[in-house]
Amino acid sequence: MNTLLMSIALFLLANLVVALIAAVRGPTPADRMLMALLIGTTGTGILVLLAQAMHLPALVDVALVLALLAAIGGIAFAKRAWQGEEGGHD
Amino acid sequence: MIECVVEYLGMALLLVGAFFFFAGTVGLLRFPDVYSRLHALAKADNLGLGCVVLGLALQAESLAAALKLLLIWPLVMAASAGIGFAIARRADRLGIAPWRKEERDG
Repeated sequence: MNTLLMSIALFLLANLVVALIAAVRGPTPADRMLMALLIGTTGTGILVLLAQAMHLPALVDVALVLALLAAIGGIAFAKRAWQGEEGGHD
Repeated sequence: MIECVVEYLGMALLLVGAFFFFAGTVGLLRFPDVYSRLHALAKADNLGLGCVVLGLALQAESLAAALKLLLIWPLVMAASAGIGFAIARRADRLGIAPWRKEERDG
Protein backbone atom coordinates (compact mmCIF):
# COMPACT_ATOMS: atom_id res chain seq x y z
CA MET A 1 0.00 0.00 0.00
CA ASN A 2 2.76 2.42 0.95
CA THR A 3 4.53 1.73 -2.32
CA LEU A 4 1.40 2.69 -4.23
CA LEU A 5 0.96 5.88 -2.19
CA MET A 6 4.57 6.95 -2.66
CA SER A 7 4.58 6.19 -6.37
CA ILE A 8 1.38 8.19 -6.91
CA ALA A 9 2.92 11.07 -4.94
CA LEU A 10 6.02 10.91 -7.16
CA PHE A 11 3.80 10.82 -10.24
CA LEU A 12 1.98 13.96 -9.12
CA LEU A 13 5.35 15.63 -8.51
CA ALA A 14 6.40 14.73 -12.06
CA ASN A 15 3.15 16.28 -13.30
CA LEU A 16 4.02 19.46 -11.44
CA VAL A 17 7.50 19.57 -13.03
CA VAL A 18 6.08 19.06 -16.52
CA ALA A 19 3.55 21.83 -15.88
CA LEU A 20 6.43 24.16 -15.01
CA ILE A 21 7.54 23.79 -18.63
CA ALA A 22 4.14 25.05 -19.71
CA ALA A 23 4.51 27.98 -17.31
CA VAL A 24 7.88 28.92 -18.83
CA ARG A 25 6.51 28.56 -22.35
CA GLY A 26 3.16 30.25 -21.73
CA PRO A 27 2.88 33.37 -23.84
CA THR A 28 0.86 35.52 -21.41
CA PRO A 29 1.14 36.22 -17.67
CA ALA A 30 -2.24 34.50 -17.28
CA ASP A 31 -0.66 31.20 -18.29
CA ARG A 32 1.91 31.62 -15.56
CA MET A 33 -0.79 32.42 -13.04
CA LEU A 34 -2.29 29.02 -13.75
CA MET A 35 0.57 27.57 -11.72
CA ALA A 36 -0.99 29.00 -8.56
CA LEU A 37 -4.11 26.98 -9.33
CA LEU A 38 -2.11 23.87 -10.19
CA ILE A 39 0.07 23.97 -7.09
CA GLY A 40 -3.03 24.47 -4.99
CA THR A 41 -4.60 21.21 -6.17
CA THR A 42 -1.57 19.02 -6.99
CA GLY A 43 0.41 20.17 -3.96
CA THR A 44 -2.53 19.40 -1.71
CA GLY A 45 -2.82 15.96 -3.27
CA ILE A 46 0.88 15.24 -2.73
CA LEU A 47 0.73 16.34 0.91
CA VAL A 48 -2.34 14.22 1.66
CA LEU A 49 -0.71 11.17 0.08
CA LEU A 50 2.50 11.72 2.05
CA ALA A 51 0.55 12.13 5.29
CA GLN A 52 -0.91 8.66 4.82
CA ALA A 53 2.27 7.01 3.52
CA MET A 54 4.59 8.37 6.24
CA HIS A 55 2.04 8.23 9.09
CA LEU A 56 2.34 11.95 9.73
CA PRO A 57 -1.19 13.27 10.39
CA ALA A 58 0.19 16.80 10.75
CA LEU A 59 0.73 16.91 6.99
CA VAL A 60 -3.06 16.97 6.54
CA ASP A 61 -3.07 20.29 8.38
CA VAL A 62 -0.30 21.49 6.09
CA ALA A 63 -2.45 20.49 3.11
CA LEU A 64 -5.39 22.50 4.47
CA VAL A 65 -3.18 25.57 4.96
CA LEU A 66 -1.73 25.20 1.47
CA ALA A 67 -5.20 25.07 -0.07
CA LEU A 68 -6.18 28.21 1.84
CA LEU A 69 -3.01 30.08 0.89
CA ALA A 70 -3.35 29.10 -2.76
CA ALA A 71 -6.82 30.66 -2.81
CA ILE A 72 -5.73 33.88 -1.13
CA GLY A 73 -2.50 34.16 -3.11
CA GLY A 74 -4.10 33.54 -6.48
CA ILE A 75 -6.97 35.94 -5.99
CA ALA A 76 -4.72 38.63 -4.52
CA PHE A 77 -2.35 38.33 -7.47
CA ALA A 78 -5.11 38.45 -10.05
CA LYS A 79 -6.76 41.45 -8.37
CA ARG A 80 -3.78 43.53 -7.35
CA ALA A 81 -0.31 42.61 -8.54
CA TRP A 82 -0.89 41.68 -12.15
CA GLN A 83 -1.41 45.04 -13.82
CA GLY A 84 -1.27 44.94 -17.58
CA GLU A 85 -0.19 47.70 -19.90
CA GLU A 86 -3.42 49.57 -19.17
CA GLY A 87 -2.42 49.57 -15.51
CA GLY A 88 -5.80 50.66 -14.26
CA HIS A 89 -8.23 49.69 -11.56
CA ASP A 90 -11.21 47.49 -11.75
CA MET B 1 -14.01 -9.77 3.26
CA ILE B 2 -15.40 -6.26 3.61
CA GLU B 3 -12.00 -4.85 4.61
CA CYS B 4 -10.51 -6.36 1.48
CA VAL B 5 -13.17 -4.77 -0.73
CA VAL B 6 -12.70 -1.39 0.93
CA GLU B 7 -8.93 -1.56 0.49
CA TYR B 8 -9.16 -2.42 -3.21
CA LEU B 9 -11.78 0.29 -3.71
CA GLY B 10 -9.40 2.79 -2.08
CA MET B 11 -6.52 1.72 -4.35
CA ALA B 12 -8.73 1.97 -7.43
CA LEU B 13 -9.85 5.47 -6.43
CA LEU B 14 -6.22 6.54 -5.96
CA LEU B 15 -5.32 5.30 -9.44
CA VAL B 16 -8.37 7.03 -10.98
CA GLY B 17 -7.32 10.24 -9.22
CA ALA B 18 -3.79 9.95 -10.61
CA PHE B 19 -5.26 9.52 -14.09
CA PHE B 20 -7.32 12.70 -13.77
CA PHE B 21 -4.28 14.66 -12.58
CA PHE B 22 -2.44 13.37 -15.66
CA ALA B 23 -5.32 14.46 -17.89
CA GLY B 24 -5.16 17.95 -16.37
CA THR B 25 -1.44 18.21 -17.10
CA VAL B 26 -1.91 17.02 -20.69
CA GLY B 27 -4.62 19.64 -21.13
CA LEU B 28 -2.34 22.34 -19.74
CA LEU B 29 0.33 21.42 -22.28
CA ARG B 30 -1.89 20.90 -25.31
CA PHE B 31 -4.75 23.40 -25.15
CA PRO B 32 -4.36 26.52 -27.27
CA ASP B 33 -5.20 29.48 -25.02
CA VAL B 34 -5.45 30.52 -21.40
CA TYR B 35 -9.21 30.04 -21.06
CA SER B 36 -9.18 26.44 -22.24
CA ARG B 37 -6.12 25.68 -20.08
CA LEU B 38 -8.02 27.11 -17.13
CA HIS B 39 -10.86 24.77 -17.96
CA ALA B 40 -8.52 21.74 -18.02
CA LEU B 41 -6.90 22.57 -14.69
CA ALA B 42 -9.93 23.72 -12.74
CA LYS B 43 -12.04 20.66 -13.57
CA ALA B 44 -9.76 17.67 -14.17
CA ASP B 45 -7.40 18.37 -11.28
CA ASN B 46 -10.21 18.91 -8.79
CA LEU B 47 -11.83 15.65 -9.80
CA GLY B 48 -8.46 13.93 -9.40
CA LEU B 49 -7.98 15.42 -5.95
CA GLY B 50 -11.49 14.35 -4.99
CA CYS B 51 -10.77 10.75 -6.00
CA VAL B 52 -7.43 10.72 -4.15
CA VAL B 53 -8.95 12.17 -0.98
CA LEU B 54 -11.87 9.74 -1.10
CA GLY B 55 -9.49 6.81 -1.60
CA LEU B 56 -7.41 7.92 1.38
CA ALA B 57 -10.46 8.53 3.55
CA LEU B 58 -11.49 4.90 3.01
CA GLN B 59 -8.19 3.84 4.61
CA ALA B 60 -8.19 6.35 7.47
CA GLU B 61 -7.97 5.01 11.02
CA SER B 62 -10.90 6.91 12.50
CA LEU B 63 -14.03 8.64 11.30
CA ALA B 64 -12.67 12.01 12.43
CA ALA B 65 -9.53 11.57 10.32
CA ALA B 66 -11.60 10.59 7.31
CA LEU B 67 -13.88 13.62 7.71
CA LYS B 68 -10.87 15.90 8.02
CA LEU B 69 -9.50 14.52 4.75
CA LEU B 70 -12.87 15.02 3.08
CA LEU B 71 -12.96 18.62 4.36
CA ILE B 72 -9.98 19.44 2.16
CA TRP B 73 -11.89 18.81 -1.04
CA PRO B 74 -14.61 21.52 -0.80
CA LEU B 75 -11.98 23.99 0.32
CA VAL B 76 -9.82 23.33 -2.74
CA MET B 77 -12.87 23.43 -5.00
CA ALA B 78 -13.91 26.81 -3.64
CA ALA B 79 -10.33 28.04 -3.99
CA SER B 80 -9.95 26.98 -7.60
CA ALA B 81 -13.38 28.34 -8.52
CA GLY B 82 -12.35 31.72 -7.12
CA ILE B 83 -8.90 31.70 -8.72
CA GLY B 84 -10.26 30.52 -12.05
CA PHE B 85 -12.85 33.28 -12.12
CA ALA B 86 -10.31 35.95 -11.13
CA ILE B 87 -7.75 34.85 -13.71
CA ALA B 88 -10.27 34.57 -16.53
CA ARG B 89 -11.84 37.96 -15.81
CA ARG B 90 -8.46 39.62 -15.57
CA ALA B 91 -7.25 38.01 -18.79
CA ASP B 92 -10.42 39.24 -20.50
CA ARG B 93 -9.90 42.77 -19.15
CA LEU B 94 -6.32 42.76 -20.41
CA GLY B 95 -7.61 41.94 -23.88
CA ILE B 96 -6.33 38.39 -24.31
CA ALA B 97 -8.55 37.13 -27.12
CA PRO B 98 -10.07 33.65 -26.90
CA TRP B 99 -8.72 31.16 -29.39
CA ARG B 100 -10.84 30.40 -32.46
CA LYS B 101 -10.56 27.73 -35.06
CA GLU B 102 -9.06 29.17 -38.21
CA GLU B 103 -11.52 29.76 -40.99
CA ARG B 104 -11.10 27.40 -43.92
CA ASP B 105 -10.67 28.91 -47.38
CA GLY B 106 -13.81 29.22 -49.51
